[in-house]
Amino acid sequence: MLEYGWDAGVAISRFLDGLKAGKILGVRCNVCGRTVTPPRAFCELDFKPIDAWVELPDTGTINTYSICYITWDMKPLRKPQIPAVIEIDGTTPRAGFLHLIGGVKGSSVESIRKQLRVGMPVRAVWRKPDQREGAITDILHFEPVRGRRR
Amino acid sequence: MKRKPQRRVAVIGAGMSLFMRRALETGKELSYYAASQALETAGVRLKEIQAVVMATAPDAFDGVHMKGEWLLDGAGGVRKPYLRAYVGGGSGVFSIISGWTLVASGLFDLVLVVAEEKMSSCQPHPQGAFLTIFDHTIERPLGPNLLWIFSLEQHRYMATYGIRNEDIALVSVKNKRNALDHPVAQVAASLTVKDVLASEVVAWPVHRLMVSPISDGAAAIVLASEDVARRLSDKPIWVQGVGWSLDTSYWGNRDLAYPRYVERAARMAYEMAGISEPRRQIHVAEPYDPFAYKELHHLEGLQLSDKGKAPEDLARGRFERTGELPTCPSGGLMGVGNPIAAAGLMKLCELFWQLRGEAGARQVPGNPERGLAQAWGDLMQVGTVAILGVN
Repeated sequence: MLEYGWDAGVAISRFLDGLKAGKILGVRCNVCGRTVTPPRAFCELDFKPIDAWVELPDTGTINTYSICYITWDMKPLRKPQIPAVIEIDGTTPRAGFLHLIGGVKGSSVESIRKQLRVGMPVRAVWRKPDQREGAITDILHFEPVRGRRR
Repeated sequence: MKRKPQRRVAVIGAGMSLFMRRALETGKELSYYAASQALETAGVRLKEIQAVVMATAPDAFDGVHMKGEWLLDGAGGVRKPYLRAYVGGGSGVFSIISGWTLVASGLFDLVLVVAEEKMSSCQPHPQGAFLTIFDHTIERPLGPNLLWIFSLEQHRYMATYGIRNEDIALVSVKNKRNALDHPVAQVAASLTVKDVLASEVVAWPVHRLMVSPISDGAAAIVLASEDVARRLSDKPIWVQGVGWSLDTSYWGNRDLAYPRYVERAARMAYEMAGISEPRRQIHVAEPYDPFAYKELHHLEGLQLSDKGKAPEDLARGRFERTGELPTCPSGGLMGVGNPIAAAGLMKLCELFWQLRGEAGARQVPGNPERGLAQAWGDLMQVGTVAILGVN
């Protein structure tokens, strides 16, 4: 079988270094005015290099989530995965990225939906610093921030 | 669009294989079956065809590198100018767009367009063919599968507009019922909203009966320039407009509640077709429905419903076969089946038959004069639109 040795590239390498240090990094383009993450080396709309790197907080909002009970080969999962698009605080609205939600009790749709809603604030739950490897999984998942309303 | 095309292009023949969970035929055999039927109904022999377009989606389904070339024999492409049209799920409608460019440009007068998909060979499950659409560094380590992105998009659509899953399940009910009248249909059924919501949750809010099936199948059409079409056909169906657009692959950075790329594709096609009031001027529509919510989402992008209002339009019967704007009278992907590229071209075959008054039990009333077909694909980023009409 073939295997691939992908390069993360200029922008994602720096993003991964940030994750290893417990930081979520984004980039800004001064022409369209967007601040986005995951970072990219150039603005795909204005087709020019990005203007600035910004350190973002590790909090955000649930843009959408799902409760997934199957694997890619359609095997059932007793404990569902909860993928979500998270809009990181400080980014332009509707600029989120894919991650997972954790810290939620139960495994039924009903019990999980009682604990989560679109628009809910969340915070990253990190691996311990000595276990981080500069990967997206250095964030274990995002979990609801209780007692904070916006 | 810089300039409106000068040469008119017509569809003069259409053909399809059965859509089924597992065909014992090879992809070449399925392609041959659909292509030869399209040629026969057009009254054209393969040697008169000047170029061939083939649409087929991921190579990974078949485990064959460059499967467009592999399928060439079945598509009638041997020793001819041949091209593969490939934009994922959008490929079926992109195939007529590609064929249209070959004729509208004046390069050719007769072009055969074939679309094929054989998903069943892929083990243990063809969903695995899509695992590599996710970013290798920042998405794949999270363990994603294809259902994630659709369930995420459906939930965002529901949350943005306050749409209930009952409203979306009605698409499955309508399309599976419409498919009862389609002779090639794979998953036609008479169901209720309750039945759909009682089916297993695969990735909430998506239930099993809100997802199109794994399918094998093929479809084909013959395109002709105006002079040739008038010579060969009593009832040519004209390609009045085409449009396509792709949005960013940073899919999490998009507004998931609204398919802007579909709007752009539709506006290009409407401009070419001279359509200023699509809700009045489109008489029958085949929006892409691989998931139940997608039909509604796409109708909004196509400007055929207000944002967030397609579910209400559906509930009041607007999209029934006898309604004000019949949608997916074929039965769509939810009812006829979803051999990816072939499913998109199936929608254009349906318009061809509807506009010629040849759709039999599926015929929408009122002698429709203009129809729209749309497909969508890749990382939820492709919009492809074609508008056909009787004149």
